[in-house]
Amino acid sequence: MTTQEVRLGGFGGQGVILAGMILGRAKSIFEDKYATLTQDFGPEARGGAASCAVILSDDPILYPNVFTPDVLLAMSQGALEKYISGLKKGGILVIEEDLVKVGDVDPSIKVFKCPATRFAEEIGRKIVLNIVMYGFLVAVTGLVTEEIARKGVEASIPKGTEKLNFAAFEKGYNYGIEQKAKLG
Amino acid sequence: MKADPKRVLTGNHFMNGNHSATEGAIAAGCTFAAGYPITPSTEIVERIASRFPRVGGCFVQMEDEIAASICLQGGIWAGRKSMTVTSGPGFSLMMESIGLAAITEAPCVFINVQRCGPSTGLPTKVGQADMMQAKWGSHGDYEVIALAPSSPQDCFDFTIDCFNLAEQYRTPVFLMSDEMVGHMTEKVVIPSADEIELVERKYYSGSGPYLPYKAEANGIPLMSKAGLGHNYHITGLTHDERGYPVLTKEVQEEMMTRLMGKINKDADKLTRVEEHMMEDADIVLVSYGISFRMAYKAMEMAREKGLKVGLLRIITCWPFPETKVREIAKKVKSMIMVELNYGQLYLEMDRFANAHCKTGLVGSSCGEVHEPEEIFNAIQEITK
Repeated sequence: MTTQEVRLGGFGGQGVILAGMILGRAKSIFEDKYATLTQDFGPEARGGAASCAVILSDDPILYPNVFTPDVLLAMSQGALEKYISGLKKGGILVIEEDLVKVGDVDPSIKVFKCPATRFAEEIGRKIVLNIVMYGFLVAVTGLVTEEIARKGVEASIPKGTEKLNFAAFEKGYNYGIEQKAKLG
Repeated sequence: MKADPKRVLTGNHFMNGNHSATEGAIAAGCTFAAGYPITPSTEIVERIASRFPRVGGCFVQMEDEIAASICLQGGIWAGRKSMTVTSGPGFSLMMESIGLAAITEAPCVFINVQRCGPSTGLPTKVGQADMMQAKWGSHGDYEVIALAPSSPQDCFDFTIDCFNLAEQYRTPVFLMSDEMVGHMTEKVVIPSADEIELVERKYYSGSGPYLPYKAEANGIPLMSKAGLGHNYHITGLTHDERGYPVLTKEVQEEMMTRLMGKINKDADKLTRVEEHMMEDADIVLVSYGISFRMAYKAMEMAREKGLKVGLLRIITCWPFPETKVREIAKKVKSMIMVELNYGQLYLEMDRFANAHCKTGLVGSSCGEVHEPEEIFNAIQEITK
């Protein structure tokens, strides 16, 4: 049985929840396996922070909470600080490198950095930074294949924005493959 | 009758339980909803407000939950399939109207996305603490039907079942969801319209005078609606076949015997349960809604340790699956209820089981779902 737990956190407005939705949709609809997404719904969800957790599994998912994820994607310093202690030993930390500074982390944790906001601005719209980040996340973790990940994007974006979003996805994905080759 | 294809969002969706319940209601033919938004049920109201106008439905945001729970009954008498949606404090405000729906036999659906109480409690946290209130919250004796979903997929499927049962039995029906199920996003498969069977309202079409509370052979009267030309009186007072108040013991007894009986006589047929790993079980966990999933996990843990643990999932909480619980209690050593309250359906389970086996409760003050380890430890403790 393979189950992987992912925590995604950032500022409200960065599209963190949407990135989690796309990941869950890709796994459950397009890979036809299982995904459960939960969000923080406390008062904290009404402020500046946004976060969600996605469980991906080949088998039906029973327990929906995520406390010790295999992967943490942090798009804000606050998200890193809040969730880093839960990240599993040997886990993967993915950060937006212009927004998040990583201090001391357990040496077993692999850290991947992506300047997603800068990339998104280069592509033309800062708004697609979550899609850049999602592409990068998928590339460095292999949570779903590129093809499946792309279908998730396609099914989650407004019609007419495909070109922009696919460009963002590819930018993040290709950079992720490069970084993975470099860092192992 | 099959569902209307224009109202069914056929396909595979990654959707939260609240949105899924809304789609279930739309597929079931619900065209009127009255509500007052409250966390954690607000996503249902939002989606109703956005989807109903596009599929030929009407949503009214009322001034409060009291008004909403009466307004939806107006929708019923106008001939619409109607529902309202709420959570804890709002559910409390609706209690009087639930009794009205029971005595007037209004086939309406209430969705309660349960949170923590008492009072305002923890609005954004999970609870299952309104289970007894659904059955006993309004004054007087009455029977209801209540289903508990464990996943967004159940929210779609069971909401359709709620509407069908409401029409079939002319009674208020409750979808007893919870914050976790409502806010959790998972795959929801919405079938094609011709795979969705709907129960439609039966109207009186005879030529003689219409007697609105004259029961058919099944104990349930035919309905009328505004515009069909019948004289019609709807009252919360004890009434005879004509629907007029008759305040005597005899009429009360006749009315109550029928009201209670129409559900009680079908109780065994109505109560849906699922049995997991029960063949050789001597310890049985009993659970429903979101807690069923934690209980299942605990059962798996116990099985790995060699304990013969099974699981009874209650889908229809009201009427309570009395016959099934008795039958299991006679065969096993202990039955343990897992629920997010201080022991509500536990009381029912205990009532039917404790003459035959040991009973126990893994309860909670609500707020978070049980840790499977916590349930596993309780199994060891209770069966010691």
